[in-house]
Amino acid sequence: MAENASTIKDTTKDPIKASELDPKFKYKIMKMHGGEKLLKCFQCGTCTSDCPVARYSDSYRPRTLLHMARLGLKDRVLKSDTLWLCAACFTCTDRCPQGVEVASVIRVLRNLAAEEGIVPQVFKDQCASVLESGYAYKIPDLRLRKREPLGLPPLPKGDPESIKKSLKGVSFMKHVENKGESDAKQ
Amino acid sequence: MPNSKYLIFLGCAIPYRVSAYELSARKVLSKLGVELVEMPEFNCCGLPLDPVSHETMLILAARNIALAEQQGLNILTLCPGCAGTLKKVNKILKEDKALKEQINGHLKESGLEVKGTIEAKHLLQVLKDDVGVDNIKKAVVKPLTMLKVAEHNGCHILRPKEYIGFDDPEDPQTLKTLVEATGATCLDYMDETECCGAPSVGVSDKVALQLARDKLSHVKQVDAQALITICPFCHIMYDTNELRIEKMFQEAYGIPILHYPQLLGLALGMTPEELAFNELRVSTKKLLEQFNEGAK
Ligand code: SF4
Ligand code: SF4
Repeated sequence: MAENASTIKDTTKDPIKASELDPKFKYKIMKMHGGEKLLKCFQCGTCTSDCPVARYSDSYRPRTLLHMARLGLKDRVLKSDTLWLCAACFTCTDRCPQGVEVASVIRVLRNLAAEEGIVPQVFKDQCASVLESGYAYKIPDLRLRKREPLGLPPLPKGDPESIKKSLKGVSFMKHVENKGESDAKQ
Repeated sequence: MPNSKYLIFLGCAIPYRVSAYELSARKVLSKLGVELVEMPEFNCCGLPLDPVSHETMLILAARNIALAEQQGLNILTLCPGCAGTLKKVNKILKEDKALKEQINGHLKESGLEVKGTIEAKHLLQVLKDDVGVDNIKKAVVKPLTMLKVAEHNGCHILRPKEYIGFDDPEDPQTLKTLVEATGATCLDYMDETECCGAPSVGVSDKVALQLARDKLSHVKQVDAQALITICPFCHIMYDTNELRIEKMFQEAYGIPILHYPQLLGLALGMTPEELAFNELRVSTKKLLEQFNEGAK
């Protein structure tokens, strides 16, 4: 499951061709909840220098991601594996002198990648688990059986039917619901 | 002792792997006069799915808020991730009428609606605001003056500041004060507010474990006898991975990782067995010896 950070392909350093720029990409980001302030970034680098993940990764750089997004390097940004390294610690958000909400912009980029079907398996599994039980993880039977002897009350039950109804029409769900089909086709 | 009443929101990670936290928190809260009502139905707070779909996260969080509103009770969570998400979504929906309508549209078919009548709080906030540090000090029967420990707040209890509005993210004091209320000394160390790295596990174990390793080595440098956490994910990150990190980097830490209610429980006179110390991976033998020596 786990990848060594240094084996993740880094596309940020390949030469840029004008044909790969999507000039409208930035507006798409700015229309999404949390992405509104992308253009306020003046590239000071506070986010990258304070980012705990950037410290241990050769390629993960929040400032660079924001700049690429703004330039319109849509495919490179959305297909970059390092996009999924952000720990959502919000240090960058709190310290950005321009109030960019950096972590939210990165989340918007991930949401856009997910719309195109680029999602690490662990997220698909969690989504499927929520639909099945209400919980993001499948609680092992052993844990459930141990609750009573430990003196813990039974776990609240999820209501999968009701959850499914609420999530109807959410576009990401197609990636979870079609999971069985696309696996079968491969 | 004050009497306050909350719906307890367990979230996913605690029942999945961290029952010692739940057990010790329930015991400590009951002793301090906080009444817990079980959440009637449940779904994930939404945070784990925010990266893939913000809309899914909003709907999941809103469902929980709506369910709590039906009970007319505020929510208490043990997980800062759940607290942060429920707080943030509660605030966003209160401020953004159009978004609220959109999300309520999703909830309608299940007969649910967010009105904006409840609050969500983390355990720490309830201990500080409802119980009060002075009352905690008064309830202490075995002051832990023999222990020197360090604390780790974790990210989502503090950041982003704009949505959480709890303590100072750059120099947080609440957990320190609560640790010291037990009589223990709470040590300062380098990069105290740094992320544990847990969310990056699974994308890159190496990045995540290096973050955890730095934390453990900074805690070791000040000779803390234990690290105190208040988040299931931070706890898993340090307690479950400490042996792995020791092996990977050829270093020895031997730092027990305690859930804050376990530390508080000791001071309130509960036994390590009652507080599920046996569920911890890193041995607490030495720490408990020191505790027993000092308590004599
Ligand atoms: S800290 Fe803010 S302004 Fe500075 S580079 Fe990062 S996003 Fe841009
Ligand atoms: S939220 Fe992500 S990008 Fe920002 S500092 Fe934390 S890990 Fe780095």
